[in-house]
Amino acid sequence: MTAITSDFFSAPVLPKWVAPVLLLAFAYGVVPLIGSSYLFEAILLPFLALSLAGVGLNILTGYAGQVSLGSAAFMAAGAFAAYNFDLRVEGLPLIGSIFLAGIVAAAIGIVFGLPSLRLKGFYLAVSTLAAQFFVQWALTKFSWFSNNSASGVIDAPRLSISGFALDGAIGRYLFALTIVTVLTFLAHRLVTSQTGRNFIAIRDNETAARIIGIPVLKTKLLAFAISSFIIGVAGVIWAFAYLRTVEPDGFDLDRSFQILFIIIIGGLASIRGAFFGAALIVVFPLGLSRLGGFLLGDLFDSGVLDMSQRIVLGALIILFLILEPDGLVALWDRIRRRLLFAWQST
Amino acid sequence: MPLPSYTLGVMEASAYAPEVFARGLPSSPPEQQPEANGEPIGSVAGVASPLLSLQGIGLSFGGVVALADIDLSVRPGEIRTIIGPNGAGKSSLINVISGVYRPDRGHVQLDGVVYAQVPTQRLAQLGVARTFQNLALFKGLSVLDNVASGLAYKVRSNFAGQVLGIGRSRGEQRDSLSRAEQILEFLDLTAVRDRLAGTLPYGLQKRVELARALVAEPRLLLLDEPMAGMTAGEKSEMATFVRAARDRFATTVVLIEHDVGVVMGLSDRIAVLDYGRKIADATPDEVRNDQRVIDAYLGVASDNEDGAGI
Amino acid sequence: MIADFDYQFFIEVLVGGLLSGVMYSLVAIGFVLIYKTSGVLNFAQGAMLLFAALTFVSLVERGIPFALALVITFAIMVAMGVAIERTVLRPLTNKPPITLFMATLGLSYIIEGAAQLIWGTQVHGLDLGIEDVPLEIGGVLISQFDIFAAVVAAGMVLLLSLFFRYTRIGLSFRAVADDQFAALAVGLRLPLIWATVWAAAGLVALVAGLLWGARLGVQFSLSLVVLKALPVLVLGGFDSILGAIVGGLLIGASEKLAEVYIGDYFGGGIESWFAYVVALVFLLIRPSGLFGQKLVERI
Repeated sequence: MTAITSDFFSAPVLPKWVAPVLLLAFAYGVVPLIGSSYLFEAILLPFLALSLAGVGLNILTGYAGQVSLGSAAFMAAGAFAAYNFDLRVEGLPLIGSIFLAGIVAAAIGIVFGLPSLRLKGFYLAVSTLAAQFFVQWALTKFSWFSNNSASGVIDAPRLSISGFALDGAIGRYLFALTIVTVLTFLAHRLVTSQTGRNFIAIRDNETAARIIGIPVLKTKLLAFAISSFIIGVAGVIWAFAYLRTVEPDGFDLDRSFQILFIIIIGGLASIRGAFFGAALIVVFPLGLSRLGGFLLGDLFDSGVLDMSQRIVLGALIILFLILEPDGLVALWDRIRRRLLFAWQST
Repeated sequence: MPLPSYTLGVMEASAYAPEVFARGLPSSPPEQQPEANGEPIGSVAGVASPLLSLQGIGLSFGGVVALADIDLSVRPGEIRTIIGPNGAGKSSLINVISGVYRPDRGHVQLDGVVYAQVPTQRLAQLGVARTFQNLALFKGLSVLDNVASGLAYKVRSNFAGQVLGIGRSRGEQRDSLSRAEQILEFLDLTAVRDRLAGTLPYGLQKRVELARALVAEPRLLLLDEPMAGMTAGEKSEMATFVRAARDRFATTVVLIEHDVGVVMGLSDRIAVLDYGRKIADATPDEVRNDQRVIDAYLGVASDNEDGAGI
Repeated sequence: MIADFDYQFFIEVLVGGLLSGVMYSLVAIGFVLIYKTSGVLNFAQGAMLLFAALTFVSLVERGIPFALALVITFAIMVAMGVAIERTVLRPLTNKPPITLFMATLGLSYIIEGAAQLIWGTQVHGLDLGIEDVPLEIGGVLISQFDIFAAVVAAGMVLLLSLFFRYTRIGLSFRAVADDQFAALAVGLRLPLIWATVWAAAGLVALVAGLLWGARLGVQFSLSLVVLKALPVLVLGGFDSILGAIVGGLLIGASEKLAEVYIGDYFGGGIESWFAYVVALVFLLIRPSGLFGQKLVERI
């Protein structure tokens, strides 16, 4: 499916589009019928938003090789831009607001991507923190962005598409699912296109890329723009479909790290990886809290949960970097190949 | 292929600062570079005008002289080899020709246009391709995609067209993949076309690099130690490919090699570098018998891993 | 306007800024030590600082004498440094620097979590016995604590310089910093050197943690001090102790001055990002920082 994890094993597997299509059919046809509101509110909605953010960051970091520690800033930019377009532009449909919000996030991404033309590695990573702190500060400081609400809190508008209200849990789920599906499909097309190959070329060897005539500067800025667009839209889903009420502090540095962790755990330079990573990041705290409550009872309060979450998450990152640098995706592919092989040899 | 006329954008002007854009020979040395004054220009008078010529190139890194006063001219269609012991400045020379380094003095003349520093970003448009001493493949791309990326400089479609599959992107994609396939076949690489480049054995990676450079059908092909680290069999195979490439695409080849033996039969003319200076420049036979060349190589005989050559 | 300019106030702000810059430098030096020897930007430096301060305070609160608590905490920090080197960095040898960076990011999560799981999340006061009465020097009011902090930081730098100049292991450190492979080839024992460097970084974390903890209170936000040190590193170059010092002074001074003189135009609170902008603007002019080495691209 992607450049890093192409299969060498020539088993008579199904065409590549079959699995995603079946998964989508399940997500659209079955999940809304059987899912509880807890499933939508606590698991699927944050999963979709974070997956999309992971896809966006993966384009920049996984494919184009530019490390960013400021993803949450672009989520915030997207969320607040969509809120303001919806609030201030009369008659603009919701989809229009979301698209324009993505454009705003992309523009901010280009501005903060400019240092990448001169800086590499750590220097660039640190400079993306500037985006993180500046955007968070601006949204808190200037109450215009939040229509003069206290401490920059915004409430999501009613979600409706051509008069069809989507305010219930299932409606918001379908709304998020559709946006994520479309953008993920486009992202997949992008990374397998010539532009996607240029991203990887710049990541793997910038000098060689320059010499064979890839427009390095333009391509880097493009990666920042596209990545920020997608992350910005993910921010809109986070704010409008998942939480419904957000403040700038919800898009802090920890959120940026969370998205970075998603693509490390899921698999760098893999579109699927973002979904694998997001699934783990969303589900593991819930599992940990159940497990902790079961083992320790009342001792396992929210403070302890919070701290043990940090420890487990940190340990997971290190374990993946050491043992499975290509992430859950590589693990999954290996297990699948083993199973297929075992199945064939019987 | 006519040389594309061009104007310099602001970005290139600040980054590369080519000084003179005279067409044809002889060109006068740029006036704003006094060191270059008085150096011989157009040293190949009387021969067909060179595709590439270096005039008085000097380069040093923090006091260490890498290149001193190098002149070199390359005729269209020839295989021009530069040899020399380790640290003789061979790779620095290729890096100057391809614009990776800016020489401290002297200039590079490519197709009648004089540059203080060759504009790396437009090297492909100028019809120049190169390989690298240390492998510089894109490890995360398949062999086919690596080779196709050699045509990236021609792509005119934008990312939106490519994502949506509209406009000229489809034709471009088809075209570059089919040209890449042809080159793979020519270099006998079709069997590994879908492998990730980083997973191939060393010798094959070198050949994929050659394919990536060749796919653009460059007029000037710079090969930086294409046979380094290869077995004797692989070396002669590579030599065959280089010659075949020259014959098929009418490419001019500038080749850098450490091992003298393999290039004797391959080259039309050989220049010998030692400690950043050119100590000989002649046909293979003349170079073989040149006392200064023999001395230079004997002095560092242990570096000549095969003991081949002179 | 010029005539109205209050020079005395300006100098007061400037000196205050420079002194808090010293505190930034102190954190930044911990990064430089590790970066120079192993090429790792150790994001966990802030978490180590938090851990050191929290451990020390908790020990003192449990009735252990000041000096003994200091020794115990130092021993713990050394053990932690060695353990990190063994379990996290050694398995990642020869991985790209950015992978190592991400590993230290994970590490910072572990250490922060562990620090608070062990010692709790409440805020602890830390009294180093320095009275914070402003001193008047030449008509300028200067915080006594700031001067103390600056002196301690200067002492740290001096100590580290002496260590690296005159001890065998210190000289090895410099050899490793220059060329890891060559150092390995001549038989220097890299693991020992790395362990020493991590221990030294632990010591720096302890000292910085105590100073910052005394000023801000010992609490979770202490680990965010790392975010103040990053622009200093960008400015000074990741591999230069001198750069960390000068960068810290520059950032400290410009941050305070900007806050006082232009902060109001932005509605205040600009210190969260101002240092980054200063560092970025500077970097666009000089990509390798103040004293960082400029590398010749080898291809």
